[in-house]
Amino acid sequence: MFKLVVIGTSLGGLSALKLLLAELPADFPAAIAVVQHRHRDSEDMMSSFLRPYIALPIKEVVDKDDLLPGTVYVAPSDYHLLVEADYFTLSTDEPVSYARPSIDVLFESAADVYGEFVIGVILTGANQDGAKGLAAIKAQGGSTIVQEPSTAESATMPEAAIATAVVDWILPLSDIAPHLTNLCQPVWK
Amino acid sequence: MPILRTYPFIRIWHAGCSTGQEVYSMAILLEEEGLYPRCRIYATDMNEMVLKQAKSGIFSLQLMQEYTQLYLKAGGKRSFSEYYTAAYDSAIFRSSLKENIVFSQHNLATDSSFNEFNVILCRNVLIYFNKTLQKRVYELFHVSLCPFGILGLGRQETLRFTPYEAYYEELKGSEKLYRRIH
Repeated sequence: MFKLVVIGTSLGGLSALKLLLAELPADFPAAIAVVQHRHRDSEDMMSSFLRPYIALPIKEVVDKDDLLPGTVYVAPSDYHLLVEADYFTLSTDEPVSYARPSIDVLFESAADVYGEFVIGVILTGANQDGAKGLAAIKAQGGSTIVQEPSTAESATMPEAAIATAVVDWILPLSDIAPHLTNLCQPVWK
Repeated sequence: MPILRTYPFIRIWHAGCSTGQEVYSMAILLEEEGLYPRCRIYATDMNEMVLKQAKSGIFSLQLMQEYTQLYLKAGGKRSFSEYYTAAYDSAIFRSSLKENIVFSQHNLATDSSFNEFNVILCRNVLIYFNKTLQKRVYELFHVSLCPFGILGLGRQETLRFTPYEAYYEELKGSEKLYRRIH
C-alpha cells in the first residue's frame, strides 16, 4: 500500500493544489509532501492559505517532523525538503536548477526511502524541475502521475516530466485527487 | 538587544559559522547599537577551509551588493559601504569589525563546552544532524549558556519535542529565539 504521495509544482501551483487537496477525503491514508516553488521570503503563508479549503491537517515542515499518515506537509520556502524512514529533514544546500525547495531533491529522497510505496505527482509549472525526480521514483518501483499539460496553467513542467520519465497516468487536474484516493485505499475496504 | 544591553560584558557563540556572513552581520549590528566594544564573538566551525574564509572577511562584490540590500531591509543605520573596502571584484570587511571576533575550530559532534555564553546562535546547522546528535548538541548548548542566556535557531528548527524544551521559554516574535530559564 502507498505510504507517501509527493507533489511538485511551480507557476500556477497554488490554485492547482487548492483544487487537488480540497478533493482528498479526511480519512486519506497516506502522507502527502508538497514542493511549491515560491519566493524565499514567503514564510508560512502557503499552508495558512490552503488550510480553509482542505479536510486534512496541513503544516509547513519543521526539521525532524514526524511523517504521519493523512497529513499534508509543505516544504518551507528557502529550504530543501527530504524524507527519511519516518520523519522529514531540511537542508540549506545550494539551490538545484535555481530552485530551493527543489522538487527533484524531494522526489529523489522519497524514491530512495519509500521505493514502491511512493506516488510522484507533477502539476503545472514553468520549468523542468521534478522531471528527474519523477524518473527516479519510477526507477525505484514507485508510481507516477502527471497533470494533463492542456489542463495546466503552465504546461512546461508536465511536458518535461512526460518527456523524461515513464508516467503511469496523465490526468486532467480534476481527476487526480479521486485517482489518488483509489490508489491509496486500504486493501481490506 | 535590550536584554544584551543589561550585561557589562557579552559573550556570543556562533556555532557552525560557515563562511562567516552571520558573524559579520552580528558585529555590525552590535557596533551600531554601541555594544561592540564590550562584546566577544566566538565563531566556530568544524571545517577549517570555511573558517579560513570567514576569518579573511573577503566576499565577492556581487555578494556584497546582495548583502547591501539585506542590510537596508534589516534597518541598517549607516551606509553599508562604510564597513568594507572594495578592490577588483572583491570586498574585505574593515579590520576593526574583526577586533572582537575569535575564529576557532570546534566540532559540535565531538568537542565539549569551552566557555559560558550570553548568546548562542546555531542556525540551519543542526538540520544536518540526526536526532541523537542533536540531543548531544542541545546538551552542549545548555551547559554553555549562562542562566537567562539566549539560544537562536533557524526558522524551521525548534526545541519543542526535545528533552530541553522545559528549560527554555520562547521569546515572542517570529524568530526562533529561546531563553534559558532553568
